[in-house]
Amino acid sequence: MVDSAAHQPDSSPDNSALDPLANVQNQDLAEVLAEVENVSPSPALELPLLAAGGLIKNFGGIRAVDHASIEVAPGSITGLIGPNGAGKTTLFNLLSSFIRPDQGRVLFDGEPIQHLQPYQIAQRGMVRTFQVARVLSRLSVLENMLLAAQQQTGEKFWSAWFLPKQIAKEEKELRERAMAILQSVGLAHMAHEYAGALSGGQRKLLEMARALMTRPKLILLDEPAAGVNPTLINQICDHIVNWNKEGMTFLIIEHNMDVIMSLCDRVWVLAEGRNLAVGTPGEIQTNPQVLEAYLGQ
Amino acid sequence: MDHDSFSVGYLVSLIIFTGTYALFSLGLNLQWGFTGLINFGHIAFMTVGAYTTILLSLAQVPLILATLMGAGVAALLGLLIGFSTLRLREDYLAIVTIGVSEVVRLIALNEEWLTRGPRGVYGYPLPLEGFRPTLLSKGVMIAIWTVIFAIAFWQLGQWVSRKLKQNAKLQQVTTENEFTPIERSRPIGKLVLAGMAAILGLVLYGAGAASLFNYDYKAGLMLVLVIVLALIFWRLEWLVRSPWGRVLKAIREDEEVAKALGKNVFWYKLQSLMLGGAIAGLAGAFYAWNLSFVNPDGFIPLITFQAWTIVVLGGAGNNVGTPLGAAIFWGYNTITRFALEDNRLLDASRAGAFRIMVIGLLLMILMVWRPQGILGKKEELTLGR
Ligand SMILES: Nc1ncnc2c1ncn2[C@@H]1O[C@H](COP(=O)(O)OP(=O)(O)OP(=O)(O)O)[C@@H](O)[C@H]1O
Ligand SMILES: [Mg+2]
Repeated sequence: MVDSAAHQPDSSPDNSALDPLANVQNQDLAEVLAEVENVSPSPALELPLLAAGGLIKNFGGIRAVDHASIEVAPGSITGLIGPNGAGKTTLFNLLSSFIRPDQGRVLFDGEPIQHLQPYQIAQRGMVRTFQVARVLSRLSVLENMLLAAQQQTGEKFWSAWFLPKQIAKEEKELRERAMAILQSVGLAHMAHEYAGALSGGQRKLLEMARALMTRPKLILLDEPAAGVNPTLINQICDHIVNWNKEGMTFLIIEHNMDVIMSLCDRVWVLAEGRNLAVGTPGEIQTNPQVLEAYLGQ
Repeated sequence: MDHDSFSVGYLVSLIIFTGTYALFSLGLNLQWGFTGLINFGHIAFMTVGAYTTILLSLAQVPLILATLMGAGVAALLGLLIGFSTLRLREDYLAIVTIGVSEVVRLIALNEEWLTRGPRGVYGYPLPLEGFRPTLLSKGVMIAIWTVIFAIAFWQLGQWVSRKLKQNAKLQQVTTENEFTPIERSRPIGKLVLAGMAAILGLVLYGAGAASLFNYDYKAGLMLVLVIVLALIFWRLEWLVRSPWGRVLKAIREDEEVAKALGKNVFWYKLQSLMLGGAIAGLAGAFYAWNLSFVNPDGFIPLITFQAWTIVVLGGAGNNVGTPLGAAIFWGYNTITRFALEDNRLLDASRAGAFRIMVIGLLLMILMVWRPQGILGKKEELTLGR
């Protein structure tokens, strides 16, 4: 298995840390990484947490995603930008298996996941949010949060019957964790309201909080700052930085360039379904191709 | 209206009908009210449960075992329907369930070697059939009856006091252990409703106790049914408030979100369909025992829609609302039957059609006046998706 090498690159002394590809025995991973290297000539030095290569998705006549590749290094905050209709959301849907790719592969933690169901991917620690925030309207904000926790004893039918004590204990712990997260995004005072009563911006915050509640390794955020007021955007950015310091990895779609510039280690640019550029925020900002794609002909 | 018609015996049979329909509709409420599954063929589960129970017990299988197997076969039917449709778009389930319920009825009609077809099945074993209670066992039965009603009344009192308290501190956050959203509505309507329920409860309690004292077979059936109904109601309430029930509600609200948060939506829908089906199958056994004769004419699609009426009337996703809806449905049925009995304008068949028409009208009025059902929460209607 390749993941042992991926997780402790420093533990084996003869590990040539400069070229992770040299260690890769996993055929899938090697091929996907080769695809990624086509696009991004200076690959990250670690094995990626998420890597996707050669993804294609057609909707009838429209090719929404056209040979797109992407890679997210563990512990990073990676950005994904591109003009409207570039295929960013579709790429998220492919990565999280909400849509099946016509072609291409997705690897998470070194293992292929494109054949899995969306719920299995979430269970493995990759959770996504939606561009148009989706909340469970007729549940309370707190219930939305509690639902997100993984591996709950009380979610199994027979345990729900026979282990009431253990469930009550778990619920209490989850409640505390949920309230702490709600506190950090400023929704604690809304905990007992219907989630359907939240405003648009609050819904975005709830989605993010809910994703965090699953204790994932990687969070895919689809435009977390859209429709959120500037002060709150700064707060959200601070939170993302903090969560990142605690070890969470992020892949963020965002049109707000300030957010991208201040947060991201690396930015991928998509245009018309294809990879246009990849680099540090500084490189991307001055890339003439990117400027052209954004400003149009 | 003559006086004998509203005797204790009549009330007992009314309790049995109401209880059977309440049980049947609780299954639908789990599937639709809590999970959002559109099941237009609920009667299929009842048919399968009824026939399995009575045919097995005719074949000398002990009655309790036969009943459990009836519920089990109904659950298997749910598994079958679920596996074939739950992966498809939602509306397929609605269509397939209608089809399945008709197929099940036609099988019961045509496979005469098994079901005796239109001639029907009778003479099957009934619960507590040969039971001749002594004074002591009558006392025990009345005690059980009293305990069930005492618990129900106590719950009613709790509910009223909770509503009053909530009203008193309308804007304050609820108690520590409350997960569900705060409700903000005036309690007057609730109080009237609680008062009516209390009066009705007392009448039914008295009639039931009297019938248990002058024991006959129907009184025993009534007691067994009410015990089973109370147990199932209690367990269902526990389940829908557990994390398991939270997943069902999440699926009802937006199954994409449930998937994105790592829930195996297909599997939960299947469980809901099977459990709801098993409860309907159990209701089928009581249906058959009450009629002591069944043939396929007793399992027409209309009954499915009566269950829908009951669930909508009481408030979808509310386990208390469902028995209440069943009581209102059967109350209406009975009162209008007697009211229209001796009139000169409508003959019997027209009177029947007229009563159903009025039900439709009342439902329409309810949908305008209180679209969330009697016990549904009004504020849920104003929520955005
Ligand atoms: N389900 C679908 N059916 C048909 N076409 C689709 C579907 N989803 C996306 N598309 C098309 O694919 C293209 C890419 O859409 P996508 O939503 O991925 O863009 P995006 O980069 O997220 O844009 P934005 O920044 O506006 O959110 C668009 O042309 C869109 O019309
Ligand atoms: Mg998008």
